[in-house]
Amino acid sequence: MRTERIAKIAAFIAIASSCLTSAYAAPGGGDPIKIGAIFSVTGSAAYLGAPEEKTARMVVDDINKSGGIMGRQVKLIVKDSGGSSEKAISFAKQLIDEEEVAAIIGPTTSGESLAIKDLCIKGKTPLLSCASAETITSPVSKYVFKVAPKDNYIAEWIYKTMNQLGIKKIGVIASNTGFGNGGKAQLEKYAAQYGIEIAISEAYDANATDLSALLTKVNAAGVQAVVNWSIEPAQAIVAKNMKQLKMPQQLFQSHGFANIKYVEAAGAAAEGIIFPCGRLIVADQLPDSNPQKKLLVKYSSDYKAAYKEDASTFGGHAYDTLYILKAAIEAAKSTDADKVAQAIENLKGFSGDGGVFSFSGADHNGLQMDSIEMMIVKDGKFALYAKK
Amino acid sequence: MRAELFLQYLVSGLIYGSIYAAVAIGFNIIYNATGIINFAQGEFAMLGGMIASSLASRLPLALAMAAAVAATTLVGIGMERAFLRRIARGGVLKMIIATIGLSIAIREIALLIWGESVRTLPFFSGTEVSSVGIAGAHFSPQVFWVLGVTALVVAALTAFFKLTLIGKAMRGCSANREGASLCGIDPDLMVTLAFGLSAAIGAIAGCAVAPLTQTHYAIGTGLGIKGFTVAAFGGLGNSLAAVGAGLILGMLESFSIIVVPEAYKDVVSIVVLLAVLFAKPSGIFGSRAAGALKDY
Repeated sequence: MRTERIAKIAAFIAIASSCLTSAYAAPGGGDPIKIGAIFSVTGSAAYLGAPEEKTARMVVDDINKSGGIMGRQVKLIVKDSGGSSEKAISFAKQLIDEEEVAAIIGPTTSGESLAIKDLCIKGKTPLLSCASAETITSPVSKYVFKVAPKDNYIAEWIYKTMNQLGIKKIGVIASNTGFGNGGKAQLEKYAAQYGIEIAISEAYDANATDLSALLTKVNAAGVQAVVNWSIEPAQAIVAKNMKQLKMPQQLFQSHGFANIKYVEAAGAAAEGIIFPCGRLIVADQLPDSNPQKKLLVKYSSDYKAAYKEDASTFGGHAYDTLYILKAAIEAAKSTDADKVAQAIENLKGFSGDGGVFSFSGADHNGLQMDSIEMMIVKDGKFALYAKK
Repeated sequence: MRAELFLQYLVSGLIYGSIYAAVAIGFNIIYNATGIINFAQGEFAMLGGMIASSLASRLPLALAMAAAVAATTLVGIGMERAFLRRIARGGVLKMIIATIGLSIAIREIALLIWGESVRTLPFFSGTEVSSVGIAGAHFSPQVFWVLGVTALVVAALTAFFKLTLIGKAMRGCSANREGASLCGIDPDLMVTLAFGLSAAIGAIAGCAVAPLTQTHYAIGTGLGIKGFTVAAFGGLGNSLAAVGAGLILGMLESFSIIVVPEAYKDVVSIVVLLAVLFAKPSGIFGSRAAGALKDY
């Protein structure tokens, strides 16, 4: 068909035109430390990638203003992968071979992170991923770290809450992406342990514009609650469709919901959605005794001042990668990959946006279950979910 | 299957179908006037929804949408005047490729203006949680709006092409460009009009579906591809056929979910499209004789 040929040409043009990259260098003395960043600034994961990119630029600016790392300025090289694993791979090659960066932060999504993992190991370049799939750091490989909470913690938190609420039979829907399928697998893995029966488990197209037929199927399976695991705008559509279908079930979302814009998009339909995530989005509601509070409040207000929008946990991941890297390079007194990787493993009790990190040779995520809390949408805002 | 459940799938199919049909109609006008497929049609729908959502906070909803439709119409006219007219002699394929390029440009500009955030339009009646129930099946009242707007647009278009002088001139120009120009019709003007009209209809569709589908800078690609599928499925050039085809495809996708995961919904519709085009290249409602007259 002629249209197919046209579609191919279109795809080519699309790829060629969106390979826009930008480099950002701050003036300063000495040899700058080059850090590569691969974020999905555009594409279906733009909700995560864009705040990550904005945060990274802001943090690098701050670090450079306060003297850089070991007196050297930081040069951040940002690449927009558009959420595509293929592009992430070619950017990773470019950053490792041509730019010879000291480390790579990102990528945004689990699929991309898994795709470039081997490249970073072979290229002896530390990778600090912002994605959540457990398989990124399990099995552990020397140069690969991640700062987002593992998806099994998220699944377990959802199940714990279900146990409290007496929910036993659930339906799981997830977007057909690395993130969605990873989460679906974790939910299926831990269900039996928490006495939960998954009556129906389905993947949907990440760009779906209406999910009423799928939710009809889920509803017909006689479930007590629905878990949606995705990062796309479909999260708001699920909430709206459930109300429009008059489905009475409690809706749980993954930590992918932690962006207030999804609440705005879902409007009244977002009320009462429960989901687990890091504490950033409720920073001002935390008790003063919380070790993260000061940092979280500062980051949120800095971000809001710089970009006129609310900070999200995803931007917080970018924040953590850069400060962990800074701490590690300063501890190692070198940008040598082996020494930096070793220094990250030695970091203990490091307060970040995503939680208090304690890395080790066996744990390249460093976060525990307690880095996460259950949240609820109340009056169009995020609030800590009060345990019953 | 319980009758209630059957009805609910039927209604879901209606929702999908109405969204697809609304976008598909715009393809036909430009196709009729020029013989090309305008791959920026989905971007017209995106622009309509995005502009309306930006203005909705400052203006009454109806006014915001009218302004969005007007602005998108200008984009459509500008696109034809500034780019497509200059390469019209290069043949149909060149122009189609140019529309693909323009669609990417529009998308990138939209990203610069609005950023990557998702936006919505307020529901025309009720809110996000409003629901209408018919015999145990429930759906958003917005579905009525989408279907109503689509019906209105089809009726208005039919009247325009059958009854008004400009409409007749556009048809004449589409049937025989040289003949029409010998009769004193300016073919270039007709093509410009077709782009303006098609952009306006795309924007109307974009506004009507935005409360349901939400909107962001990249939504035009998906909507455009589905709209094109439906237009080709029904028979290119026929707006009523597009509505029929949209509803059929919507039903197919909705009922396919019973056996096939949602993630493969598009596969179902593409397989059906290929099967139909293989058996009947002019589409299910298209006439073979009319199809043969087109150079595309």
